[in-house]
Amino acid sequence: MIKPVSISIQNTQDGFAIVEAILADNPEATSNPLPAMTKVDCPGRLVIRADSVSERLGREWDPQEIHLSVISLSGSVDEDDGSLIIFWR
Amino acid sequence: MTPRKMSLKQKYGAYTRGLDWKPTYQREDDVFPFAKYEGIKIHDWDAWEDPFKLTMDAYWKFQAEKERKLYAVIDSMAQNNGQLGITDARYLNAVKLFIQGVTPLEYQAHRHFAHLARHLPGAGLRVAAQMQSIDELRHCQTQIHTISHYNKYFDGIHDFTHMHDRLWYLSVPKSFFDDATSAGPFEFLTSISFAFEYVLTNLLFVPFMSGAAYNGDMATVTFGFSAQSDESRHMTLGLEAVRFLLEQDEANVPIVQGWIDKWFWRGYRLLSLVGMMMDYMLPKKVMSWGEAWETYYEQAGGALFADLARYGIREPKYADVAKAEKGHMTHQAWGIFYNYTHAAAMHTWDIDEAHMAWLREKYPDTFAQHYEPRYRKWREQAEEGKRFYNNGLPQLCQVCQIPMAFTEVGDPNTISFRVSEHGGDRFHTCSDGCKDIFDHEPEKYAQAWLPVHQIFQGACGGATLPEVLDWYHINQGADNMDYAGSPEEEQWNRWMEGRRPVVPVAAE
Repeated sequence: MIKPVSISIQNTQDGFAIVEAILADNPEATSNPLPAMTKVDCPGRLVIRADSVSERLGREWDPQEIHLSVISLSGSVDEDDGSLIIFWR
Repeated sequence: MTPRKMSLKQKYGAYTRGLDWKPTYQREDDVFPFAKYEGIKIHDWDAWEDPFKLTMDAYWKFQAEKERKLYAVIDSMAQNNGQLGITDARYLNAVKLFIQGVTPLEYQAHRHFAHLARHLPGAGLRVAAQMQSIDELRHCQTQIHTISHYNKYFDGIHDFTHMHDRLWYLSVPKSFFDDATSAGPFEFLTSISFAFEYVLTNLLFVPFMSGAAYNGDMATVTFGFSAQSDESRHMTLGLEAVRFLLEQDEANVPIVQGWIDKWFWRGYRLLSLVGMMMDYMLPKKVMSWGEAWETYYEQAGGALFADLARYGIREPKYADVAKAEKGHMTHQAWGIFYNYTHAAAMHTWDIDEAHMAWLREKYPDTFAQHYEPRYRKWREQAEEGKRFYNNGLPQLCQVCQIPMAFTEVGDPNTISFRVSEHGGDRFHTCSDGCKDIFDHEPEKYAQAWLPVHQIFQGACGGATLPEVLDWYHINQGADNMDYAGSPEEEQWNRWMEGRRPVVPVAAE
């Protein structure tokens, strides 16, 4: 079984761009809208790429800005200068 | 030569481990006196790696940004009569339960994470605990600040810290946290950061905040999501902390498993209050308790425990009981509050036809058979002027402190209770889960401050209900009793006068 990871993001301007970037960069990801938030599920591993979010926002987005938009997640986290990865070991 | 900019990981190392030192004129064991007595063995603190590489400078920057966003909404609420935007005044009872039951826990968490920030021997974990301590204080303050707007108009919010220390149903969350803060540092990490924040917090915050959004409560959504953004960091800390303990020494595995079993069950029982809120207190409902349990525990928890299986960790004991009870638990909890609403600082109400239809749909195997007839009977009694109030005091579980109203698994007509003997006395618990916890540490739980016992001992203001309610600081006739006939209902109806369409909507 491939274990699912997930992240829930606020429905805000930044949040919409993050969700869009995730869906574009992770073909297996699916999004589930809930009131005020969107839960994104993906089998095994999910990557949030800073350049991809920046492109959608029209400004430079630092992966640490995820702290302003995230609501919850399921999985382990690895963070570096260009991306944030949620995965199971 | 200009210095090169450090990468995120280098910077993180410099700001955490780089600030640490080895004590030279004091023994390590004297500096960290709580680190060993629980039996947890750590061989290499340097193996700890924080998943989020958040350094103090970035922490302040992002937290300040969160506060700016939140306070813009709080100001806007106050300036625009935000209380008029909620779906129905009954919704506010969920907020009352939150500030009475949860906000004081945030403060407790603030205090105890400060303790961990001093007493954990690893620098990385200490820095994470320090940030979390500040986060929890922020949550407590912003919740009080946000909900203070509602306190101007609604009852039951005015003295929540006093109530938290005294009221029968608030001893459930209070004793949960007292249990955690009186444990050692590693049990606390496993209980709060892992079992509660990682495994179960989604069931508290996500439905609560989604519920608030769906019911027009802009303020609660905003503080909730502001807090929840920190919570993602806390839950990740919990997962990595448990993984670290498991990787450090095989002897840690059975100790951690015992804590996971205990705190899963403690947390699950605590969530009865949240489940009841989801199924009964939101005028517009987001998802049922049963659905939330499936999404956030059975699916997400399933992936988690499959991942931890490599260390020899299994699913929490009695997770199967929680699964089997999911069609019963919230209805039984609401029943307790309906019985004792005269002694609560929140309202209950008759379950109307539309609500019953929703409950039948969400709980096809249990609701119509076991709970609908009960509500119909209660409605009938109320219509005859004989609204049922339970004037006896219930037996409480010695561990979770919930009145003994939950039933045996597979037998919803028999109350579940267990008996243990300790020191020549008999102690009652509500389930195998709570009995195991009692039997493992009877010296601890024999000391529990049980609200009902305290009333009988004369420690709660007097022998009559009005005296006890005065001691609780319940404003009688306003904070307690049914919503129907309450000052809040009268006020809400007055506010809504003139807002209702005078001409019937043609499409209907």
